[in-house]
Amino acid sequence: MIPYIANTEQEVEKMLARIGVASIDDLFADIRNRHRPKSFRFPAGLSEFEVISTLRAAASRNKSGLISFLGGGYYDHYVPAAVNAVISRGEFYTAYTPYQPEVAQGTLQALYEFQSSICALTGMEAANASLYDGGTALYEAAMMAVRINGRSKIVMDGGVSPIYRKILRTYTTNLNYEFAETPVTHGHSDRDEIIRQLDKDTAAIILQNPNFFGAMDDHADIVTRAHELGVLVIESVYPIALGLMKTPGEMGADIVTGEGQSLGLPLNFGGPYLGFMATRKKYIRKMPGRIVGETVDENGKRCFVNTLQAREQHIRREKATSNICTNVSLCALRALVFMSLMGKQGFKELSTLNFEKAEYTRQRLESIDGVEVKRSAPTFNEFTILLPLAADCVVERMIDKGFAAGFPLGRYYPGMEDYMIVAVTEKRTRREIDAYVTALETTLNELSKETAACS
Amino acid sequence: MQLIFEKSVPGQRGFLNSRSDVDVAVAFPAELARAEDCPLPELSELEVVRHYTNLSKYNFSIDTHFYPLGSCTMKYNPKFCEEIAQLPEFTQLHPLLPQLRHGDQFVQGALEVLYELEKWMCEMTGMDAITMQPLAGAHGELTGVMMMAAYHKARGNDKRYIIVPDSAHGTNPATARIAGYETIAIPSDANGVMDLEKLKECITDEVAGLMLTCPNTHGLFNSDIDKIAEMIHAVDGIMYYDGANLNAILGRCRPGDIGFDVMHINTHKTFTTPHGGGGPGAGPVGVTEKLTPYLPVSRVIQKEDGAYALKYDYPDTIGYIASFYGNFGILLRAYAYILLLGEEGLRAVSDHAVLNANYIKECLKGIYHLPFDRRCMHEVVFSAKNQAERGMHALDIAKFLIDQGFHPPTVYFPLTVKESIMIEPTETESKATIDAFIEAMMAADQLSRSAPEQAHQFPATTPVTRPDEVKAARDLNTSYFQKTA
Amino acid sequence: MEIEDHLLYTKEHEWVNIDGDEATVGISDYAQESLGDITFVELPAAGDDVEQFGELASVESVKAASDIFSPMSGQILEVNEDLNDDPGIINKSPYEKGWIVRLSLSDIEEKNNLMTAEEYERFLESTG
Repeated sequence: MIPYIANTEQEVEKMLARIGVASIDDLFADIRNRHRPKSFRFPAGLSEFEVISTLRAAASRNKSGLISFLGGGYYDHYVPAAVNAVISRGEFYTAYTPYQPEVAQGTLQALYEFQSSICALTGMEAANASLYDGGTALYEAAMMAVRINGRSKIVMDGGVSPIYRKILRTYTTNLNYEFAETPVTHGHSDRDEIIRQLDKDTAAIILQNPNFFGAMDDHADIVTRAHELGVLVIESVYPIALGLMKTPGEMGADIVTGEGQSLGLPLNFGGPYLGFMATRKKYIRKMPGRIVGETVDENGKRCFVNTLQAREQHIRREKATSNICTNVSLCALRALVFMSLMGKQGFKELSTLNFEKAEYTRQRLESIDGVEVKRSAPTFNEFTILLPLAADCVVERMIDKGFAAGFPLGRYYPGMEDYMIVAVTEKRTRREIDAYVTALETTLNELSKETAACS
Repeated sequence: MQLIFEKSVPGQRGFLNSRSDVDVAVAFPAELARAEDCPLPELSELEVVRHYTNLSKYNFSIDTHFYPLGSCTMKYNPKFCEEIAQLPEFTQLHPLLPQLRHGDQFVQGALEVLYELEKWMCEMTGMDAITMQPLAGAHGELTGVMMMAAYHKARGNDKRYIIVPDSAHGTNPATARIAGYETIAIPSDANGVMDLEKLKECITDEVAGLMLTCPNTHGLFNSDIDKIAEMIHAVDGIMYYDGANLNAILGRCRPGDIGFDVMHINTHKTFTTPHGGGGPGAGPVGVTEKLTPYLPVSRVIQKEDGAYALKYDYPDTIGYIASFYGNFGILLRAYAYILLLGEEGLRAVSDHAVLNANYIKECLKGIYHLPFDRRCMHEVVFSAKNQAERGMHALDIAKFLIDQGFHPPTVYFPLTVKESIMIEPTETESKATIDAFIEAMMAADQLSRSAPEQAHQFPATTPVTRPDEVKAARDLNTSYFQKTA
Repeated sequence: MEIEDHLLYTKEHEWVNIDGDEATVGISDYAQESLGDITFVELPAAGDDVEQFGELASVESVKAASDIFSPMSGQILEVNEDLNDDPGIINKSPYEKGWIVRLSLSDIEEKNNLMTAEEYERFLESTG
């Protein structure tokens, strides 16, 4: 018997007797012989100790310990110890969706505080209790815009994560939406073209700030034009940048989404992550996902409940704002504890450290012969460089030297094979950055001498 | 309790960043700077830890209470699986690493986990291939229905409708609609399963497919399931298995063997995922051969030399449905769970889940109305209609149970049963706990007879009493800052 | 439960008060009672055209959402803006202050498809 099932043989007998059947098999009589499985073969169960050796062996086959300059929307930030300590409380960890508010005030108040923190970060009026991740949150934002103004054309800036753009296209294949993507040059969005694309049929313009190339921008002029035409502005943001950067709220955005991985979540090979979404109060009823609201109990005491549930699938069914059932509460709690620990001062410092270390790295890289930093706007903690040869070869060679050197752009931007984006977080020390610059210089030298270096 | 923002003391700090070891002359551009610092709270580490620790005490959870929330499968998750998920070689792995040149070689361990897990989940479900990418059950549903749509498009089929039972989870019709289909709801018959005659009337060439949980949300296994599959397949429709209740049939039946073409798996129900106050989860989607060409990319393959790789080159794929390879951290727990339990353990999961549910059914039958008086699977649906007539509604019973130290069962779902009370004990609860719960349910019934006027007084032992949900929805207040603004 | 004598009703529990070629529309006392405390009303825009039994508005309570269908075809002249601030008016005064829209009717004969107060009362009894 496994340790996760309590029933003893004697208890099983008693229960079967109470039910009035002879065996557990009898309970499955509705599953007829013809429904029986053709196969169900698994190895025998293992002890904890045996499983851990198996999985440690698998883990060792990952390349770990690389000094990372790899970003692309997912960053190697430090997670304070207290984050794990708090979220590991069984009362948070093993509770479920707060359907019974009287016994879920812990989760509900935490989610209200999370929503508040997201509002603080983005300068928006209302946030939901989280969505799966940044990519799917952006898709949900696009659908929300369509629900608000009933239009069907969506303009996407080419500076929006190419991964997010691919997701959007997949989901809308069977629906009648028109997409326009605007080009980027050296990582800078073409705002003239963006503005030209906006018209009275456009539901929304989707922007990212900083964009995939790391460039920051003030979108206020695009917002002004968009609003003249009744177009909604969706901004996908990187939360750490918002410690310093003008908020989407200040720029006038209508819907804000983002990937919250940087707020205390490990990289975890792609998930679980944290999608967040915020909007103006007037659009709150069109927002998907769970929303927690403040109210009072029968004695007038403040408390929190899931609210506006009539938008959701379990009530609206086929008319729901989205088919989303869950949020990612535990990830939202992580982010909340992370932001609470950082606090007003610490969060700004964190943002500044990221900015300064990236600036330092950028200046050091500019000193390498043949490396060109390509930017026409200020960048935050990630920027684009042009190399004298194919970036993917350089990055591959740099792995041998212990660095994840950056993300080559050729995979998602044909024609940009010699470019890569370099991300620098607060975790990179000056010593690591200097070593990285030296290693890159050496690598470029080596590769330039090898004629068949990259075949 | 006060909000963390209300406890803020200017000048306190909960974390010390490292001092900057670089000096750069460049300042953050003023024209791009936010007007005011982000108004996060200012508290010492202890104040933050104490705030959330005390807040956590306001929750019922599996670690502290029996949580028989029907349809949600609130089973105990082995702590070991949580520890495994913290292995740094996995947690620190950047998802873009395999997208570098020859990048698969840097993530062999992670790809091995995904590949092996797919293999085991196929064995468990009778599916031919499984994508690990969907980030939750509902996300899996959408992925599955999109593949259904791609199948019909490729075959030149002109389809409009997806059939769902009236007892279905709300996600089913919501998903169908989002994927561009209209839904037809089929009522349940007197036995609590889909009405075959009504189904027959609705089957036309325009039916794209049918979405079904089996056992269904009444906790009942439909013995005619293969007949239903035949009817749907006759019009080239696709059978979608909502895997929400897969935990009831492990080793007893596989969706792939009884006519289902596509399905999702809720890892928190059949395997192990921290419930986490509602997510994160994972919703792998399995397909039989006829739908494999449409699986989202990437897919994990094993090459001839034994190495694992991500493959993107599938001409008929529906495309990218998630940023990466799924909620890896959650999938890793599921894999560890399979290794821990093994064949005997996995069979025992369903055996004891079904045993416990039938035991509760038998003990409470006659006290609570049983709309479908027959053998149940992993959960049992009662109706509190008799108690409600005496003035104690399902909601009142739920709140009464809280004061007895139990998380309430699901009430008012499924929508097909009035005053429904849906109890799912799971396999991990002891007989002693279940017996105590049964007694509490009996006490609730007693109270409905002896003092129904007290029905609205519960709960009285919780930090707050029943919240005013009408006020919450009318006077919307969803952010501390919006209120103070 | 109240049923106002001078109104016409639909099976979806809307009422209409016809005044020449104009009409006022709302939901019945029965409807508001079964919905419970109404928390939000999604109103159409003045100037929109509606068809008889076509979707007109929707109301939300804490645990339910329902569509409201137009008893007759026509153009919306005015919507009850007071419902934006206090949707609970429908609960308090379904037949007067809780009116939803005023219509300019396009086909008066459509009233023959509706129930009189007496018929509506029998309808409610029959559906239990």
